[in-house]
Amino acid sequence: MGNFLPPSIQSILPNIIQLCYLIATGVFIFGIKRLGSPATARSGNQLAALGMLIGLVVTLFDQQIMSFEYIIGGIVVGSAIGVFAAKKVEMTAMPEMVAIFNGFGGGASALVAWGEFVRISDPTLLGTQDLITIGLSILIGSITFTGSFIAFGKLKGFISGNPITFPGHNIFNALLTVGTLVLVGLLTVNPANQLVFWLLFGIALLLGILTVIPIGGADMPVVISLLNSYSGIAAAMAGFVINNNLLIISGALVGAAGLILTNIMCKAMNRTLTNVLFGAFGGSDSSDSGPASDTDKTVRETTPDDVALQCTYANKVIIVPGYGLAVAQAQHVLKEVADKLEEEGVEVKYGIHPVAGRMPGHMNVLLAEADVPYDQLYDREQINPEFSSTDVVLIIGANDVVNPVAKTEPGSPIYGMPVMNVDDADRTIIFKRSLNPGFAGIDNPLFYAESNQMFFGDAKDSLQALSQSLKDVK
Amino acid sequence: MSGLIFNLFIFVLASFVGFELISKVPPTLHTPLMSGANAISGITIIGAVIIAGQIDQQVAQIIGFAAIVFATINVVGGFMVTDRMLEMFKKKEDNDG
Repeated sequence: MGNFLPPSIQSILPNIIQLCYLIATGVFIFGIKRLGSPATARSGNQLAALGMLIGLVVTLFDQQIMSFEYIIGGIVVGSAIGVFAAKKVEMTAMPEMVAIFNGFGGGASALVAWGEFVRISDPTLLGTQDLITIGLSILIGSITFTGSFIAFGKLKGFISGNPITFPGHNIFNALLTVGTLVLVGLLTVNPANQLVFWLLFGIALLLGILTVIPIGGADMPVVISLLNSYSGIAAAMAGFVINNNLLIISGALVGAAGLILTNIMCKAMNRTLTNVLFGAFGGSDSSDSGPASDTDKTVRETTPDDVALQCTYANKVIIVPGYGLAVAQAQHVLKEVADKLEEEGVEVKYGIHPVAGRMPGHMNVLLAEADVPYDQLYDREQINPEFSSTDVVLIIGANDVVNPVAKTEPGSPIYGMPVMNVDDADRTIIFKRSLNPGFAGIDNPLFYAESNQMFFGDAKDSLQALSQSLKDVK
Repeated sequence: MSGLIFNLFIFVLASFVGFELISKVPPTLHTPLMSGANAISGITIIGAVIIAGQIDQQVAQIIGFAAIVFATINVVGGFMVTDRMLEMFKKKEDNDG
């Protein structure tokens, strides 16, 4: 587009473009800053989108761009798919959505590096640093691409949520990783060798599959965060390839965001990143069926009317939701129950564990969808001191995050995992389909505690029954 | 290697800015933050546009086209779905009215 401008403007055009990139960078940083508070987050996201638009539009004036049919075609096709997906997706399916978008971002970065490699008809003309960055961009972009698709498949249930491994899996992956780095090195020495290039591409794609497939479904929040970070680093790598600061900076920002979230998720599960990536721990967390493992302990079963009565006479009720709530799509009925309690003058708060959903902050989005105001949502650290002054805690579809053995039994696999101190409250009521332990397969002594009652059934049906009983209590 | 080193400087400094900006985000916003950040990683669309818009090599143009499709899905879908989520976040006062 730059070629249509008068020559006087054309001569300073590269500088104008760089200045606009600088503005776009500032807008991105400001936008991400505003994403940090619920009151300003929406405008922050819109600012980031504006920054993207500025960057894209000024790039069209770049003198290297001579034809527009592929650009327009690509944007039209991509926008159509993106708009469709963004409008259709259910909030419960958000993790899958983010996973697959991640994959597309990483894939695009790998393609940019490949395109740059193909564009220079004689690869020996490329300098060593160009070749290193092309190699790394293809490596990280491809791992992000296939890894995200495996994560998507696991979350969607196309691929088993259980860890899939073969003997020597970790060693094989380590060898492949070293192999790809050697290939990047070989590419810089002998860029004309097509075999090296294709081997690198192929192994990187394979590595993405093999690193994610042994990770259990319950560890997906960590994996998605990490892949999110990779997609940022891949974009920064593509920025190294085409020598573009806007890509490098934005990619680095995303890479940092992903790493922080990865770290938060690991801490919330008391696991190290190495343990998540190589431990092949934890199957799918939705398998909540089958007989109870222990029959000689007493369990106190309760009824909707009884729960309604206890809650109505309480001063303060804390609701602890888990992924079971989302599976049952019960967030709207839950809000209905909470509203009725508030009408009775009961103080209602929600205590949310960081790994309550399938991705960081997932449960908060699901509750927001059901119109629960965000100032009623409290994270683990905020809510834990409040349980001792709480009359009734309703635990809905959550298990491991309220299991007291994490505090008391050093031998337990979840020992040390930060949990919700629900056992400090006068009464806990667990909404659950059975006594079956959760994904970690660990029995929960809370089920048999004297202060606890069990409300068996599907979360949605149980909450509907409770809602009805609350109406009758009046 | 000066070009690469210069770019590395920018990369490292921007990472520090990222850590500073994001480390204080409350858990309530983690999902929108992630999907918004994800959309920003679609910035690679700029590289894709440059590859698809040159006329030296048609193969590269086709690769660039595929890269644009991928990146646009990420950008457009990502920003839209983040907006959809953030629209739902309400304070209590707004809710009662």
